[in-house]
Amino acid sequence: MSGMAGAGAEAEAEAEVKLLGFWSSPFVHRVIWALKLKGISYEYIEVERYNKSDLLLRSNPVYKKVPVLIHQGNPISESLIILQYIDETWPHNPLLPPDNHHRALARFWIHFGENSIACITDLFLRPCKEEQERASAKKKAEESIRVMEEQCLGDKKFFGGNNITMVDIVYGCLSHWLEGLEEIVGMKLIEPNKFPRLHMWIQNFKQVPVIKENLPDYGKLLLHLQSRTQEYVT
Amino acid sequence: MVEEAKVVLLGSGFSMFGMRAKIALAEKGIKYEYMEEDLANKSPLLQEMNPIHKKIPVLIHHGRPICESLIIVEYIDMVWPNNSPLLPSDPYHKAQARFWADFVDLKVYHASRRVWISKGDEQEVAKKDFLESLKQLEEFLGDKPYFGGDTFGFVDVALIPFYCWFYSYETFGNFKVEAECPKLISWAKRCMQRESVSETLADEKEVYEGILDYKDKFMLN
Repeated sequence: MSGMAGAGAEAEAEAEVKLLGFWSSPFVHRVIWALKLKGISYEYIEVERYNKSDLLLRSNPVYKKVPVLIHQGNPISESLIILQYIDETWPHNPLLPPDNHHRALARFWIHFGENSIACITDLFLRPCKEEQERASAKKKAEESIRVMEEQCLGDKKFFGGNNITMVDIVYGCLSHWLEGLEEIVGMKLIEPNKFPRLHMWIQNFKQVPVIKENLPDYGKLLLHLQSRTQEYVT
Repeated sequence: MVEEAKVVLLGSGFSMFGMRAKIALAEKGIKYEYMEEDLANKSPLLQEMNPIHKKIPVLIHHGRPICESLIIVEYIDMVWPNNSPLLPSDPYHKAQARFWADFVDLKVYHASRRVWISKGDEQEVAKKDFLESLKQLEEFLGDKPYFGGDTFGFVDVALIPFYCWFYSYETFGNFKVEAECPKLISWAKRCMQRESVSETLADEKEVYEGILDYKDKFMLN
């Protein structure tokens, strides 16, 4: 084992960590960003959305979804759980605050973000049929965004402060992906004059090198999101 | 005025989420002050401590609030790590515990609510979903005495409060959990032998009466 060539050791390290993903998934990208921020080598395995591989079905029999992280043969599912696993297994460049209170607070905002993101996504991908219901859903989404802007982000550059943390990673799909949906559906949710701080956060987030270098191609994403918006209608 | 070092728990009635926090505190032997909230008339303290959701449970420690039941249980486990650890120490088993605790919230809770709220076909679907989710948990439990293995752990805390609601689901839905998930009922009875659980869980008949009152009040009958 000792004296192993650098390339061999790196290949072995990479084989130890596998990520099952789908190229357009924002949840998969959360995991990619965390792995990259920590400098962890991994093997990426693309899974087909409508033809799920045996490996995926074996690794995540409960939900049958990506992302799944496989580390030393052990599968971990659900992006938020994977993020915490990565942070605990590779503690350098921590993604959560060290003290218990702020960690609990970060978890609260992650949980809040996850629920809000689901509502926001539904607004675009599963719109209500009735005009009144749609208006009510939009209002609810805007209220969540207001809370994000005022209570979570406040005057900070990132949700984590001066640098991105797990909270920013979780909210990451409000950039790029939400922007894509807004363009396709023709409905702007995070308007710069309504939510200036969150709008700024989106610009800053996309400029972080690890994020900038690890986003799906925007044009390709638009086409994919276009077909997603039509799925529900048919 | 809440003293700095004091531990305060805001809870309400038969909430299984509030029970999770109580069980965790009891397992750790932590003294705390419990304050019962009237959710129809929320206290200024609750509104101050959980301004976003105004929901219970809220744990107040060093004057600062922690919200969301599973976040509270993890917080309790981290702050008082020496007594009765609830989460495993290795990251993989910790991840598994978090996964199944989340599963209880995502699948068991929502299906169970539909069982007592809905009727007819909708209720039949809810029953099927509820029992399916319990069967998946039973499969994960396997032959272990607890979800935590040999010791009572995070997933046990997450799920056991639902046990005092089973009678209500069974009565409204006309089924028996034990017929479909006998191992789960054995697990629940084992948990009930722990003082932290037996002292915390509400009386199942009182829960049922409480739901009947709620349904009357909101004309869900």
